[in-house]
Amino acid sequence: MGAPVHNLASRVKGSVTEVTADSKRHGRHLLSNTIFKYYFLFSILALCFVLGLVIIFIGKTALLLFGHISPADFFLSFNWTPEDEAFGAAAFIVNTLSLTAITLLIAVPISVGMAVLCAEIAPVWMKTFIRPVLDLLVGIPSIVYGYLGLTVLLPFLRQISGQSLGDGLLAAALVLALMVLPTICRISDDAIVSVPRKYRDAAYALGSTRLQVIMRVVLPAASRGIISAVILGMTRAVGETMAVVMVIGNTPQLAKTLFTPTSVLTSNIVMQISNVEFDSTWNYALHMMAFLLLIISFVLILIIRILGRKRRDAA
Amino acid sequence: MNGFSRTKYTARAQRNNRLATIGFYTLGALVMLLIFWMLFTILSKGLPSLRPDFLIKNTEEMDAGGGIGPVLFNSFYILFISLLISIPLGIGAGIYMAEYAPDNKFTGGLRICVEALSSVPSIVFGLLGLAIFAEYFDVGLTILGGGVSLALLNLPMLARVTEEAIRAVPGEIREAGYALGMTKFHVIRTVVVPVALPAIVTGVCLVAGRAFGESAVIILTAGLSTSGEMWDFNLFSPGETLAVHLWYVQSEAIVEDAKQIADKSAAVLVFVVLLINFAFRFPLWLGNRRRGR
Repeated sequence: MGAPVHNLASRVKGSVTEVTADSKRHGRHLLSNTIFKYYFLFSILALCFVLGLVIIFIGKTALLLFGHISPADFFLSFNWTPEDEAFGAAAFIVNTLSLTAITLLIAVPISVGMAVLCAEIAPVWMKTFIRPVLDLLVGIPSIVYGYLGLTVLLPFLRQISGQSLGDGLLAAALVLALMVLPTICRISDDAIVSVPRKYRDAAYALGSTRLQVIMRVVLPAASRGIISAVILGMTRAVGETMAVVMVIGNTPQLAKTLFTPTSVLTSNIVMQISNVEFDSTWNYALHMMAFLLLIISFVLILIIRILGRKRRDAA
Repeated sequence: MNGFSRTKYTARAQRNNRLATIGFYTLGALVMLLIFWMLFTILSKGLPSLRPDFLIKNTEEMDAGGGIGPVLFNSFYILFISLLISIPLGIGAGIYMAEYAPDNKFTGGLRICVEALSSVPSIVFGLLGLAIFAEYFDVGLTILGGGVSLALLNLPMLARVTEEAIRAVPGEIREAGYALGMTKFHVIRTVVVPVALPAIVTGVCLVAGRAFGESAVIILTAGLSTSGEMWDFNLFSPGETLAVHLWYVQSEAIVEDAKQIADKSAAVLVFVVLLINFAFRFPLWLGNRRRGR
């Protein structure tokens, strides 16, 4: 950057003191400019360092597991009895996947419907009402969802299903569906709003009704954004811990019905981690489960990135 | 054919259209009702029986009538520590990504890092905190450990909201600054950040609200107990927070009024989160209105 204009101006006037004062000030600005440039770079590198810490600390402990038991025993066995040195995590993995699937089955139609309502149908005053309320839903702590699930949802489920407990995949999926609803809804909303207006105008000009425009033009055009939203909801559902712990029953077994008390990766980690020794196979197995969660989230994020790039290329 | 005729097909399309519109409105109304019913349930269960001394009294293990004093204090204390660490770094990282980052592979890598970090489940941060503080430094479950782990969880979100806020600042006002011969940092400090400040504050409030209610991280890093004293500023005491306490009384406590304590704790928790989300943003909203925006 060249010499600032005000510096030259003062030199023209010829006052020596002014020049030194000004150049001092200029020097100070240049110094702080350099310092803060490196500070900002340092901050972002610190962020990457944290990511490295997460991968190294969790991964290091997790990989110790395979010195004790074979990967096949961990990934393929359904037998989790740490007291007998049996660490088969297949049940947790399958449960996590089925819980996520059921959650999305409930949440996606509702969230996308809400997004369509917000973006296409509702009048302005209603939009400015619905959107902040959904943001409010994001802010409520997960433990409170769990508490509500425990005190309100479970008794209700017991009543209508006739089960004695009510804990299980269905209860957890209902709670999770409510939690991922705002995430999916707001991002789909943005995706739908960003569909160019001319597409709609063209469809209306051909005599389409609003429903036809939404179903055949707007939703297909926004589909990549909506898929990204759903995947982002998935990452939240896979990693959610406390709300799930309170309603899923915490029994390490495969969920054969919607009302079997069971356990997923996250809930099992949080229930057992405080009881184990640092240098035990049990601890390594729990870390392996956390590492698995980490890998699942990274893969999901990668898919979102690829979708995003394709969307930019298409635009 | 002259003009449009109403065929069976168009009649059906129009009927479907009307039905769908009604369906969408019903869905919206039901979801809104569900949300308000939920908030009402939480607050109405706890707030009416809430007495001020509940907020400052010590927790009880055996007898009825315990309060939430120390855990409420710990919640704010841990939140404060975590923000103290995460705000400078998070905002710094956001400014770098929005203002400095050149458009190249390195920046792409940084962006992947931020996204990957923000997708890490909170329980994994709990395990990280446990590994660092309880195993590596061997200090056990402490307020400090909870605060730092929570800060790590906040970092990517803070970086993202800051980046978005700063990107939304129009380029012309930056150029006006450069035209006056200002250095880049001087422009950021005196022009860009003040303009982006309302959005940044909103983002920080969202992050703080989430951190206040976070429990998975705190259970693993700060523990399930308190030092039993009010106003304990020692960084190395165990730091159970309100969110964790809610879990504890629901699942493990043996006191007879556990249910009432849980109801009241949940109400306080939600109330404070709503307060953080709205109270801090209210002055900004007011300022915007006065300026006629």
